[in-house]
Amino acid sequence: MSHIKLELKHGQIEKLQEICRSFNNDKGELINVLHKTQSVFGYLPAEVQEIVARELDISVAHVYGVVTFYSYFTMQPRGEFPISICMGTACYVRGAEKVLEEFKRNLKIEVGETSADGKFSLSCLRCVGACGLAPVVLVGEKVYGRVAPEGVKEIIKEYQ
Amino acid sequence: MEKINIIIDGKNIQTDSTNTILKAAKEIGINIPTLCYMHLNDLNIEHKPGGCRVCVVEVEGRRNLAPACVTPVNEGMVINTHSIRVLNTRRTVVELMLSDHPFECLVCAKSGNCDLQNMANYLGLREISYQGEKSTYRVDTSPSIIRDVDKCIMCRRCETMCNDFQTVGVLSAINRGFNSVVAPAFEMNLDHSTCTYCGQCVSVCPTGALTEMDHTRSVIYALADPSKTVVVQTAPAVRAALGEEFGYEPGTLVTGKMAAALRRLGFDYVFDTDFAADLTIMEEGTEMLDRLTRYLSGDKEVKLPILTSCCPAWVNFIEHNFPDMLDIPSTARSPQQMFGSIAKTYFADKLGIDRKNLVVVSIMPCLAKKYECTREEFSVNGDPDVNFSISTRELAHLIKQSNIDFKSLPDEDFDRPLGESTGAAVIFGTTGGVIEAAVRTAYELQTGKTLEKVDFKELRGFENIRYATVDFNGTPINIGIAHGLGYARELLNDIKQGKSFLHAIEIMACPGGCIGGGGQPYHHGDSTIVKARQKAIYAEDTGKKLRKSHENPYILKLYEEFLGKPNSHKAHELLHTHYFNKKKDVFVK
Repeated sequence: MSHIKLELKHGQIEKLQEICRSFNNDKGELINVLHKTQSVFGYLPAEVQEIVARELDISVAHVYGVVTFYSYFTMQPRGEFPISICMGTACYVRGAEKVLEEFKRNLKIEVGETSADGKFSLSCLRCVGACGLAPVVLVGEKVYGRVAPEGVKEIIKEYQ
Repeated sequence: MEKINIIIDGKNIQTDSTNTILKAAKEIGINIPTLCYMHLNDLNIEHKPGGCRVCVVEVEGRRNLAPACVTPVNEGMVINTHSIRVLNTRRTVVELMLSDHPFECLVCAKSGNCDLQNMANYLGLREISYQGEKSTYRVDTSPSIIRDVDKCIMCRRCETMCNDFQTVGVLSAINRGFNSVVAPAFEMNLDHSTCTYCGQCVSVCPTGALTEMDHTRSVIYALADPSKTVVVQTAPAVRAALGEEFGYEPGTLVTGKMAAALRRLGFDYVFDTDFAADLTIMEEGTEMLDRLTRYLSGDKEVKLPILTSCCPAWVNFIEHNFPDMLDIPSTARSPQQMFGSIAKTYFADKLGIDRKNLVVVSIMPCLAKKYECTREEFSVNGDPDVNFSISTRELAHLIKQSNIDFKSLPDEDFDRPLGESTGAAVIFGTTGGVIEAAVRTAYELQTGKTLEKVDFKELRGFENIRYATVDFNGTPINIGIAHGLGYARELLNDIKQGKSFLHAIEIMACPGGCIGGGGQPYHHGDSTIVKARQKAIYAEDTGKKLRKSHENPYILKLYEEFLGKPNSHKAHELLHTHYFNKKKDVFVK
């Protein structure tokens, strides 16, 4: 597991402590605390987990266990432009896998990872409900329909 | 308690309404097989995650099978513990477990002692028809414990011991589904975590996922090396448990046979850690008296309570969790380390050999002692005071491998000068023993009077936290005793918050004290074994002629010839130590 060492600034630590305080530092509220922390911080690096563990008086191992259990929680910073590819039935049948492979090849990252320049991250979604437009790809909030492997390069170019 | 009526396997019985099916069945002699369930009732630890599903039983009216260890009984429940459906399901459950388990029994350290192996035998499994991916995780080694989690069945017992009982909190289940594994935070290695090496996880693990770092080979090589003089020291708790590995009833003292076996294994000198325990009392007792006297005469600088410091897991615990309180434990080293220090100076001199050619091996009920040997401050110019520590289990293996018929051995004595000890030393092995030994000496040194009664029964017992007041010729001395690190934490928090009124505290990391150590013969969930060992320890004490450390003639000789007096400059150099702040957040600056 690669780790980018992070130095938390004093202000950031204070913000984390504030979040924990808003839940009364109640260890039973761990999931809610992590949820809020991830929305403020963007992701949950080891340093943040240690602070949360300290504030809620639980072991870091326990916090780490919860973070790794839920797929929503991530320890990798999401890219500036998060790319999500729908893998629901209609999209899958219409070649979503090939589109995914093309994104992987172009960006040189795996699903769940973020590119080295921090610009793009790749994830898979379940059905988004736009089956008439299959295969569907989301970049941030923007929806792209009828995406073909050949069109992947174009989409990426829009954000470079 | 309310009684209700249920039917188990056709029998009508009355049972407490709060019982689980497992408990109710046990009351009438029906032992439903279990795997993850563990009940150490003398230690108040009940682990029932309902995870392995081996204990499933049929309950009339319920669609699916019920896990007996967590399902409560209710009025009129009809239970079948061995219908064809149950038996088939039990087999399937274990077959599925084995489908992702390495087939390494022949070379696995746990073979013969493995609950999973026993379960597979019990069910008569011959073929595992479930094919598929097998877990491949790295093996994590540390000075004391080896983690091979491919063998883990996710019973979560280690988590219960580490998080709930010891409150060290190193382990947690991480990830999900097939990839789930029990690991430290961020999947770091154990030796980077706050693990104290107490080994309680090892003593409850039902498979070979958690085992000890085995040093038997190193010991054999040392014994075979003609240029080395190899001496061995044996901890008090070992003699009360070693016999179990040879079929003796738990609680049988085998001191004499143990010494005989060690001699036949080829150790040049068979000594006794108990000798060094007497030495520890001399040093720690003097230190305790010094601090007490200063405190009682109004010295504001002196720190109380004084804490015992012979347990390395406990030392690790305080260094990690209470680094601002490092000036309150005694500065005395543990008996194991005092022994090593004296052996490699005083004794090596007597033999006329260089300390590097003297190999000191310790037999310990403990896994943390393996780590303690490696602490930098316990070696001189790169040569450790204690070269290797092996556990009671490893010693039993070594004796068996050497074709020594333990049961037919005669009772032999330890060698001199480092083998003679008093009853005060042997009680180090149980909770309450160290402080009782200290009190026997401190009382006589302080008051100048001879104790009429040497037994301080008020310090004995099994409760995890106990308090007692001992009368030092009119001055009441308040003593606290804790075993289990979770309880130690409670006592330390009291001190931190200024709520403590204690003068001295004894802490042992393992439940029951060293007799329940991580390196002792497996108790397989039967805590009455630990209690039986405690009885044996006190019996050996009562049977000794000398029962106070300061009466040990060889100890007195050691001071006269070599150390001068307790807390002398030389004693400080060889027998005392200091502690380190190890509190860390691994990543936060």
